[in-house]
Amino acid sequence: MELETLQIIWFILVAVLFTGFFILEGFDYGVGILLPFIGRDDKERRMLINTIGPFWDGNEVWLITAGGAMFAAFPEWYATLFSGFYPALILMLVALILRGVAFEFRSKSENPAWRNAWDWAIFIGSALPAILWGVALANIIRGVPIDQDMNYTGGFFTLLNPYALLCGIATLSIFTLHGAVFLNLKTGGNLQERSLGTAKKAWLPAALLSLLFMFFTYAETDLYERLGVNPGIIPTFSVIALVAVIFMLNAKSSGWAFIMTTLAIGLSTITIFLELFPRVMVSSTNPEWSLTIYNASSSAYTLGIMSIVALLFVPLVLAYQIWTYWIFRKRITADSELEY
Amino acid sequence: MDVLLLARLQFALTSVFHFFFVPLTLGLSLFVAILETAYVRTGNETYKRLTKFWGNIFLINFAVGVVTGIVMEFQFGLNWSEYSRFVGDIFGVPLAIEALLAFFLESTFLGIWVFGWDKLSKPLHAATIWIVAIASNLSALWILVANSFMQSPVGYRMSEDGSRAEMVDFWALLFNPHVWVQFPHVVAGGLTTGAFVIVAISIWHLLKKTPDQEAFRISLKFGAIYAFVGTMLVILAGHTQMQELLKTQPMKVAAAEALWESEDPASMSLFTIGNEEELRDVFAIKVPGLLSFLAYNKFEGEVRGIKELQTEYEETYGPGDYIPPVAISYWSFRMMVGAGTLMLGIAVLLLFYVLRNRYEFPSWASKLMLWSFLLPYLANSTGWILAEIGRQPWIVFGLLKTEDAVTPASVVSSGEIIFSMAAFLGIYALLAVTDIFLIRKSAIAGLAPAESTEGRV
Repeated sequence: MELETLQIIWFILVAVLFTGFFILEGFDYGVGILLPFIGRDDKERRMLINTIGPFWDGNEVWLITAGGAMFAAFPEWYATLFSGFYPALILMLVALILRGVAFEFRSKSENPAWRNAWDWAIFIGSALPAILWGVALANIIRGVPIDQDMNYTGGFFTLLNPYALLCGIATLSIFTLHGAVFLNLKTGGNLQERSLGTAKKAWLPAALLSLLFMFFTYAETDLYERLGVNPGIIPTFSVIALVAVIFMLNAKSSGWAFIMTTLAIGLSTITIFLELFPRVMVSSTNPEWSLTIYNASSSAYTLGIMSIVALLFVPLVLAYQIWTYWIFRKRITADSELEY
Repeated sequence: MDVLLLARLQFALTSVFHFFFVPLTLGLSLFVAILETAYVRTGNETYKRLTKFWGNIFLINFAVGVVTGIVMEFQFGLNWSEYSRFVGDIFGVPLAIEALLAFFLESTFLGIWVFGWDKLSKPLHAATIWIVAIASNLSALWILVANSFMQSPVGYRMSEDGSRAEMVDFWALLFNPHVWVQFPHVVAGGLTTGAFVIVAISIWHLLKKTPDQEAFRISLKFGAIYAFVGTMLVILAGHTQMQELLKTQPMKVAAAEALWESEDPASMSLFTIGNEEELRDVFAIKVPGLLSFLAYNKFEGEVRGIKELQTEYEETYGPGDYIPPVAISYWSFRMMVGAGTLMLGIAVLLLFYVLRNRYEFPSWASKLMLWSFLLPYLANSTGWILAEIGRQPWIVFGLLKTEDAVTPASVVSSGEIIFSMAAFLGIYALLAVTDIFLIRKSAIAGLAPAESTEGRV
């Protein structure tokens, strides 16, 4: 296949991996964020954790795979992004480490102080990445200082501009909403009621912040030049889906509400990649120095090998991950057999 | 401090720490899978309780291995951006495949295993832990495909402008001879680590006469066989690996032996105090001919020394210092081999008892076996230190030097690395303490009573 075709395929695949990651890890970040608030006693918290227990680790592998795919398909992107956003990524890694072990460690001791401490570790480990992802995405589309050798020339505080911070708070609120809706779908009894209330409360800030973010995206990025006033069907539907969430919640239709938050997150992520294409990192120093799928990619041979591997194994991964969700499809109620 | 040194220290810290947990995952996953299979086949509750007991220890260890592994996936971009740009076309591929093929399997099926006791049929449930065990070892394969490219680059060509290495033959990468000596060594190292942890915990229970003596006798017997097979394999694999290295990285072998001059037949050092500045021995005890024997399976044949190789490399690669830190290479090699030999001895001793179904040990022997679990950790760490330090000054042998691979200081400053190092040191210390505390707690608690095993793991 032509190099250019392969480059486009891999841009799409990386976008798919991140979209999958935000949808899946999005709800388990949300559950982590809500854990100390919705779970009023130890048993409730255990029930909440068990809603994501079988899934969260598999969800996180979407990120690891996205990282691996970036490294293999667009090494320059991988190198520039992670070295450039160094302190932010370190914070993210520390948060993910804390969160990962917290799920495993919290129930290994009966001591309430121990469990409480790890529950807050889950909270921090979920909230911090939820914010940092927003900050990172906003900076990627807004552009950061990159020189002609593809090296980032800004500092940590370059990343903390108001626009990026707004996006960070928006992703935090959307993931929280997504998590609440997921809990409403996966729990029964009191927790189901409580998470429905939380989801309704979380909807307004999530919707407002997202709209505000969209508004500022026109001002801060070249979205208007690239996609026009009417950015097309995908971004429009992401807004419609987000608005629809509240109607589904009011109708107590938890499955549909979850589909709507999923669509809102998925379509927004796709919009961000549409806005980027064919660039992968925008240079604010000089547009000519932006990283694109053409100057950041691996060779045609490597992309070809990777395409075959992806073609063989991505469907398999999807199949068994869907199977997992099927096995654990039942709502978790106070009477459920709880695995610790 | 300079960025290169800091970046190297950080890589050493994060990778050695990660590899404290990986081998136990490799070894224990297989043990747990075998135990659960025994339960499915015999229906004996003891096997189920054993599965849950060892499974619990496996899970605590696994969690730390996973989270420290996330750091590994990203740190080539963090601190080694020039390396990533140079080698991503090749090195990124096995990393991505590892995630797609192994990590997804491992994490998804482990989730099913932990939470699926009452949701799947018994054989299907046992199958999930087998998938975890196989996937863990598969992930080791792919990461070693990546590492082997750094040790012995194959299947590539340099791009036209010389800015990067490009893959031209994926199969050459996969069937790199280095992979197939390193992979068995690492997997056998994992078995061995699992074995000695099983032995130590079982011995403790037998010594303390805790309930479930029979269950821990089963564990110990299994651990003993496992330990013997594991150490035998690790030694054999290590031996072939050394012979392979003689062809691809003779300098690493020379440094590991502190062999300054080429020798034929070459003697093997038992104990050397050397002078690294002047490239000579200060004091050494050597066995004549032994190194040639290990290298070529006969008591003759030349093994090239550091000085000759340095001259040769200067001719090939231009002026420069091509000698890795000799003292570190030499002593890490001795610690690895020493620990390995000691483990084999202990495994044989243990087999001598358990194969005759004797579980009463003299107190010196039980103490030795109890603490022997530290040996594989020593061997695993020093083995990797030798593999990576012995390759210096190269990051990709013969293609890219470590000093040219680091992220430019203008992008990641030494202050930032000090910040990240402090963050990692802090959180890793917390992980280490908690992990040891929890494994010790679970190990001491022993098997859960039969009727309440449901819902405990």
